[in-house]
Amino acid sequence: MFFPGEREFIGFDFARGDAMSHFLRRQGWVAGLFVLFVVLFIITRLIQPAYGSGDFGSLVRAVLPYAFAVAAQTVVVIAGGIDLSVAAMMALTSVTAASMMSGASEEYALFVVPFVLAMGFVLGAINGMLIVITRVPDIVVTLATLFVLQGAALLVLDAPGGAAADWLKALISGTVPIPGLPDGIDAWLPKALLLLIVCLCIIWIPLRRSRLGLSIYAIGSSELAAFRSGVPVARTRIIAYALSGLFAAFGGLALTMSTGIGAPIPGPYLLASVAAVVLGGVALGGGKGGLLGPIVAVFVLRLVRTDLTLLAIDPNLTAIIEGAIMVAVVMFGAFITMRSRQS
Amino acid sequence: MTSNPLLDATGVAKNYGAVAALRNASLSVLPGEVHALMGANGAGKSTLVKILTGAIPANAGRILIRGEARDIRSPAAARRAGLLPVYQEPSLIPDLDVLSNLRLTSTPVEPFRAWVRELGIPDLDIRDTARDIPLAVLRVLDLARALAVEPDVLLLDEMTAALPANLAEKVLEVVRRQGDSGRAVIFISHRFVEISALCDRATVLRDGETVGVVDIVPGVEEKIVELMLGTRIVKTHVAARSAAQKAVPAPARPRLSVHNLRVGTKLNDVSFDLADGEVAGVVALEGQGQDELFAALAGSIRPSGGTIEVDGQPAKFSHPIDAIRAGLAYVPGDRAEALAMQRSVRENIALPFSAALRNWGPIAMRQERAKVVSAIERLQIDTRAQGEVQRLSGGNQQKVTIARWVAADTRTLLCFDPTRGIDVGTKQEIYKLLREVAGHGKSVLFYTSELEEVQRVCDRVIVIFGGRVVDIFPVEEADEPALMRAAYGLPRGAKADIGILADPHCSSPESASSSASTSPGATP
Repeated sequence: MFFPGEREFIGFDFARGDAMSHFLRRQGWVAGLFVLFVVLFIITRLIQPAYGSGDFGSLVRAVLPYAFAVAAQTVVVIAGGIDLSVAAMMALTSVTAASMMSGASEEYALFVVPFVLAMGFVLGAINGMLIVITRVPDIVVTLATLFVLQGAALLVLDAPGGAAADWLKALISGTVPIPGLPDGIDAWLPKALLLLIVCLCIIWIPLRRSRLGLSIYAIGSSELAAFRSGVPVARTRIIAYALSGLFAAFGGLALTMSTGIGAPIPGPYLLASVAAVVLGGVALGGGKGGLLGPIVAVFVLRLVRTDLTLLAIDPNLTAIIEGAIMVAVVMFGAFITMRSRQS
Repeated sequence: MTSNPLLDATGVAKNYGAVAALRNASLSVLPGEVHALMGANGAGKSTLVKILTGAIPANAGRILIRGEARDIRSPAAARRAGLLPVYQEPSLIPDLDVLSNLRLTSTPVEPFRAWVRELGIPDLDIRDTARDIPLAVLRVLDLARALAVEPDVLLLDEMTAALPANLAEKVLEVVRRQGDSGRAVIFISHRFVEISALCDRATVLRDGETVGVVDIVPGVEEKIVELMLGTRIVKTHVAARSAAQKAVPAPARPRLSVHNLRVGTKLNDVSFDLADGEVAGVVALEGQGQDELFAALAGSIRPSGGTIEVDGQPAKFSHPIDAIRAGLAYVPGDRAEALAMQRSVRENIALPFSAALRNWGPIAMRQERAKVVSAIERLQIDTRAQGEVQRLSGGNQQKVTIARWVAADTRTLLCFDPTRGIDVGTKQEIYKLLREVAGHGKSVLFYTSELEEVQRVCDRVIVIFGGRVVDIFPVEEADEPALMRAAYGLPRGAKADIGILADPHCSSPESASSSASTSPGATP
């Protein structure tokens, strides 16, 4: 229903010889980031030869809320906007989930999870509607919602507290037991990673392939051209913010799952999400990039922090080094792009 | 009429605030015809197109498609009604590849590929990102995308403008066949040659109203020019300027000398001189390269070829400051481009030359104030609302943009449509001011979209068409019909009976491009 012309594409003959070069051209940035991640990982092993699968598991668990925050930011930035309320949305959904599950039965959590996700979706949609209807710039609207959601989170829980269902906590602890796989490899597949991949994939892949996904890229790339191509610009923008809210709610749940409680004060997820989006090859102007890049980027950023901690570098210096790395990588990327344009 | 019109729009009106962009436009297109939509700059062509394609809503009027009243509220609705536009600027999403762009508009791929091949692009890779595809090809892809869904009415806005001759030829051929197959095409073009070769009828707009529908027959172009100008065709004879106004005798060396200037694909070959004490008019239809010419002279873009000489010295501008130092100041038609709207009149006038007074250290306030006050007096700027420029009327804002350069004693003003959208009284003052500036031995290059201004202000007129200088007139001959004809690339002095429409050899697009370069003129 979304896409009447679909049948035209089935069996369509792509220029196969170019498939590889296309892949490299499009995913070159992500591939580069992945290489960077591997290099960092090797460096980590050199610094700390004992760095093993258990540490990797805790890295993934630490990354989990960041990754969802990044996903939330990515959708909106691709659509040509920005969402400053990501971290506050995570705090609110986290305390809501924690206070609802506090003292409740294990089964009750089966209701809490979809409820919190729907709450994120609706709050995000409200963000989008405010932007579309009032025409107040997105940065102002989401800054206002940041404060509103922050206050709401404190109303729900005025101090860290609440609880999480045991089965939820179990979702991200330990590794995925795959029969027939030696334990040595199995140990490198933490459940948290699987959860992250599953949650992102069931939303992102259908989205990316749908007309809606194309429309999100289209309004970020050129609003006028999108309008002229028949894209419902306002509706698409609202949906982009709603999806951002949904991902933020995933992030809030991930926080509650990993800590077992809800914390009403937003963590450092907003700036981290913008940093990973930029590092992940998504243009802040919109229309460019994907979800994979920012996710790999957030792993890179967290691993850098781990390395700096392992090296026992002054935490204040750590922030400076992180900032410097970001600027350097983005400049390097722009340089490479310019060189390839010229040739 | 034997067959019912495919598209029938009547009484279409559109107001922007108090300004009426369209008053009473009508357009009726029959099946199987290629219908030209014509009108001078600002006649309302683009507004009508936007209404027909659902980009903006009309305030009044009725639009029938195949006899049924349709309310077209969005481009998607226009598309469903069978009305597809190809705009002047490419409308593929720049960051998506061609295939995704097709998916976005639910365009079937195989017909699209067939049309692309038909239109003369055999080796398109549809996984290419639209941003990486050259402009001319993008326009053809836009057309192919529209053709692939087999629209009843295809709307082409200046389709051939950015195309090289071989692509343009294919496009025209396809358009012609579209008419043969019972569909209709609305064809907007500034090129009479194409219109004569392609179109069956033409609807002419003037000042937001449909003033005539004519059959395209040999010799009709005179009538179309007449319709476009309307009652204003009365020959206004300017007496030679009085001695005081007359340009000072031209020195041996021109103030500004442009040779074979080229900018990208828009400006192909422009040469002219500008003498001290002269106001030279520039006349061109929209998008003929005049924007690029002024931008190159103002130092905001770099020309891709040719030379600019100032006082006989070759000049290379890499930043507007270079042009300003050489004494060339750009006055844009859009005031918002030139003014710091929230700041005061005084600051806005002082901005360019405060920098000139000294580079470092505090600004000499007293000197600045004296200059500003004298400029305000000279220009009779209404200063009741001088605290913030944005509270001034449009006319007074425009005076501020000129005043700053008068105060800075700039030798050459590059005025790009400075009277756009301002009231008649202020226009008169600006004409007077420009003459005065020239009277003081300064020079002015004056682009205007209002042809009647030329004889009020200019000493000479340079006509640009298709990125080339096609004619340079003395002001005495530059009445509106002559300018209009020249602006459309018609040769000077052509009579109705020997018009290009009568010439059977001129019906191919190659001659469209060559007619511009072979027309008389290009000699000062």
